[in-house]
Amino acid sequence: MEFETVIGLEVHAQLLTDTKIFCNCSTKFGGTPNSHACPVCLGMPGVLPVLNKKVVEYGMKMSLATNCTINKSCSFARKNYFYPDLPKGYQISQYAYPLSEHGYVFLEVDGAQKKIGITRIHMEEDAGKLLHDEHNPVSYVDLNRAGVPLIEIVSEPDMRTPTEAADYLKRLHEILVYLEICDGNMEEGSFRCDANVSIRPKGQEEFGTRAELKNMNSFRNVQRALEYEVKRQQYIVENGGKIVQETRLWDDAQGVTNSMRSKEEAHDYRYFPDPDLVPIIVDDAWIEVMRKELPELPMAKRERFVKDYQIPAYDAGVLTADKALSNYYEEVVRLCASPKAASNWVMGDVLRFLNEERRDIRNCPVTAASLAEMIRLIEDGTISGKMAKDIVEEMYKTGSAPKTIIAEKGMVQITDEGALLKTISAIIDANPNQLQDYRGGKDKLFGFFVGQVMKATQGKANPQIVNELLKKMLAG
Amino acid sequence: MELNQLTIHELQEKIKNGQTSATQIVESVFSRIGVVEERVHSYIRLMKDQALSAAKKADEDIKIGAIKPLTGIPLALKDIVCTKGIPTTCGSHILHNFVPPYDATVVEKLRDAGAVFVGKANMDEFAMGSSTETSWFGVTRNPWDLERIPGGSSGGSATAVAADECIASIGSDTGGSIRQPAALCGVVGLKPTYGRVSRFGLIAFASSLDQIGPFTKDVEDCAIMMNVLAGYDPRESTSVQAEVPDYRQFVGKDITGWKIGIPKEYFIEGIDPEVAASVKKAIAVIEKCGGQCVDISLPHTEYCLAVYYIIAPAEASSNLARYDGVKYGLRTSEARDLLDMYKKTRTQGFGNEVKRRIMIGTYALSSGYYDAYYKKASQVRALIKQDFAEAFKKCDVILTPTTPTPAFKIGEKMDNPLQMYLSDLFTISSNLAGIPGISVPCGFTAAGLPVGVQFLAGHFEEGKLIQIASAYEKNANLAKRRPQL
Repeated sequence: MEFETVIGLEVHAQLLTDTKIFCNCSTKFGGTPNSHACPVCLGMPGVLPVLNKKVVEYGMKMSLATNCTINKSCSFARKNYFYPDLPKGYQISQYAYPLSEHGYVFLEVDGAQKKIGITRIHMEEDAGKLLHDEHNPVSYVDLNRAGVPLIEIVSEPDMRTPTEAADYLKRLHEILVYLEICDGNMEEGSFRCDANVSIRPKGQEEFGTRAELKNMNSFRNVQRALEYEVKRQQYIVENGGKIVQETRLWDDAQGVTNSMRSKEEAHDYRYFPDPDLVPIIVDDAWIEVMRKELPELPMAKRERFVKDYQIPAYDAGVLTADKALSNYYEEVVRLCASPKAASNWVMGDVLRFLNEERRDIRNCPVTAASLAEMIRLIEDGTISGKMAKDIVEEMYKTGSAPKTIIAEKGMVQITDEGALLKTISAIIDANPNQLQDYRGGKDKLFGFFVGQVMKATQGKANPQIVNELLKKMLAG
Repeated sequence: MELNQLTIHELQEKIKNGQTSATQIVESVFSRIGVVEERVHSYIRLMKDQALSAAKKADEDIKIGAIKPLTGIPLALKDIVCTKGIPTTCGSHILHNFVPPYDATVVEKLRDAGAVFVGKANMDEFAMGSSTETSWFGVTRNPWDLERIPGGSSGGSATAVAADECIASIGSDTGGSIRQPAALCGVVGLKPTYGRVSRFGLIAFASSLDQIGPFTKDVEDCAIMMNVLAGYDPRESTSVQAEVPDYRQFVGKDITGWKIGIPKEYFIEGIDPEVAASVKKAIAVIEKCGGQCVDISLPHTEYCLAVYYIIAPAEASSNLARYDGVKYGLRTSEARDLLDMYKKTRTQGFGNEVKRRIMIGTYALSSGYYDAYYKKASQVRALIKQDFAEAFKKCDVILTPTTPTPAFKIGEKMDNPLQMYLSDLFTISSNLAGIPGISVPCGFTAAGLPVGVQFLAGHFEEGKLIQIASAYEKNANLAKRRPQL
């Protein structure tokens, strides 16, 4: 039987506000346990939440960037359950009245644009963390993260392959980072994803029973977990079994998903409107202010790069995948006016160095100004492209400007025709046999002479001039 | 008259005239406490050292003429408002050792106004009760008859004022917890409009109903207290940014021409005849003052109790989830694992009434029952609110009995929660509607038990309540009595 996979994702993004969602504590990651905590986020008796307006504004930006309709009025609800990292015994979230609904993003699937629906985006507070003592039967509670603002972005079950799911996730990730409302760090948990996945016989309308997957902390793991889960479900169905509705945890080391709890064991969260908070009223004027604050989004930037810089769509995709990288590229272009060369150097060399060291473009030792300067030096003939390869590597290692490196290593290209003529004459004189053979029709020997000139000039000779001069002189 | 028997405004006169000092006042209060507290048990904790040093500071202020609205006035605080560095128990075992690192907004305001805190008053556990019998720290007795309950949940705050163990006090009112004990103890008690007085630092019972208010010996003191308590608080999202008038200007003002709504649903069979008679007399006094009584109807009254006993426990079941033994308060010493710790801590830490309400509330919010209970109750609550909005088109204030009966015997209703819940029959509606209400003493039964009359007004019309209550108080000519202790 042929199966179709159905996937929907729930993405949690930590917002980059300075303070928590309902108190003035810092949202900074790390810190001594419980140092970013106050009576409000510790859930002490009698204290009350006051909403951080920035959280609403960041949520509105994400809503606009993903084509969601922002509700004129939305409100908070309490999600009740007991766990030591949840100090109040309930999480303040949104339930019946979310911030926004009915959005979408486009993915490229098999060369065509595919629309993935977004059911809703809502705001909520994060929980704390438990630290388990490895040697003693003791657990500790760190509430630094409790109350850090999150938005949850819930998709429609519109994805049909694990690759689509991973692409969708990347799309959301790049939008969040472009909006500068989330740092997107999956390892630190500022961008997290749960997946609902089911299979059904091809052609069937009705959805199959779904499993919810948790604990996937990288794009790769999301894809791997989904691939595993699809195979697992197919195996069960093909062997006459039935899928049970349950929550499953991805085990990265084993590469499998394991059951965490069944539907029967699922919590009854007893959602109800939080009486400590008032509805949030959003008017058109506020929405317009947020819309005006939206930066250029990745898709638009991609199209602009192709059009304005005349670079291939693939290059534009690579260069815009990371906002900081796209800014870096644009800065190089602005300073050297050679978009194609800039693209080649950024994608070819700079990115390779960064990737080798798993370094971020923001910490790149080669500044945009230095790279642009180097490209100009190639174009005005001061250095050759080949020399530039060495220079850019040196720039990356030392952080020095290209001119400094060129001066230190005496790497200026020799373009003085008189000087080159002397060198070439000497080489021709020293190799009479080769000269004779060349003149006798062995064209390939031209390369030999070029090599000799380069060797004599330690590679500094301008190759174009060498070519021209050699041709003339070898011809006799 | 002893100093501790005087009102705030009487003491202020004496302070201003140099006839007494804050220290003398505080000493007189503690000497009274020394005599009667053992029998009444108004307090969970006394704060004598802090009170004496606060009084000393007040006296320094008085010396330089820096007299504030409550300078040197000894107050009791219901043990539900958080006091920085001083245990705040909410009458519960689960918080018996909880010391808040912050003050409630009202505590800050009162202290800034020069008040001196005498102690933390006893209360029903988590304010759940109408008799102050559910406190983990033991019952409080009615000073008018020590065999009887003082009402609740703010029983200790009411008895401390009635027995002159303080000059005025702070209580909280979720379904009548200020007005009912005020009526049963013969003092004035006001529940302000929801959003008028900050709830920050008030340990939550039912967040959409809770409101802090004062107990005082007369209406003028109530106005003085409200001048300090009322006002917007940025630390509370449901606090309302409405102008706060000088409530004292309403004291002694004429009410000629006012229309007084008499809701037929509140004058029903089952009311104690002596209570009914006292309230009828109060109506006559109001008419003599120039008020015109008009018959009104609050048609959804019969649903108030049912709505309240879904919404309040639902909110409470969530509000009380934080008492889990993880962060503060009681933690059982005999847990096998996490779940066991939760269960044992909460089993040991909460009393029966609290457990009952947590269970009711949890049930009402459960999947499959939410629509039938919580949602339906919320819809009916809107109708109850609407009833009052309609009624206030026809009248300025509404007059009702505060309670259906005078104080009942200790233990009498402990085994019958439904009977107990009926004590709040007339006070609950204003919490559901968010409107203010005041209870003023309106006489005594033959057995010498106090009876209260309640006035209700529209949102943020506390001024009207003070005006009519003060007019009533002035013209009622009730015999001045004090409990014999």
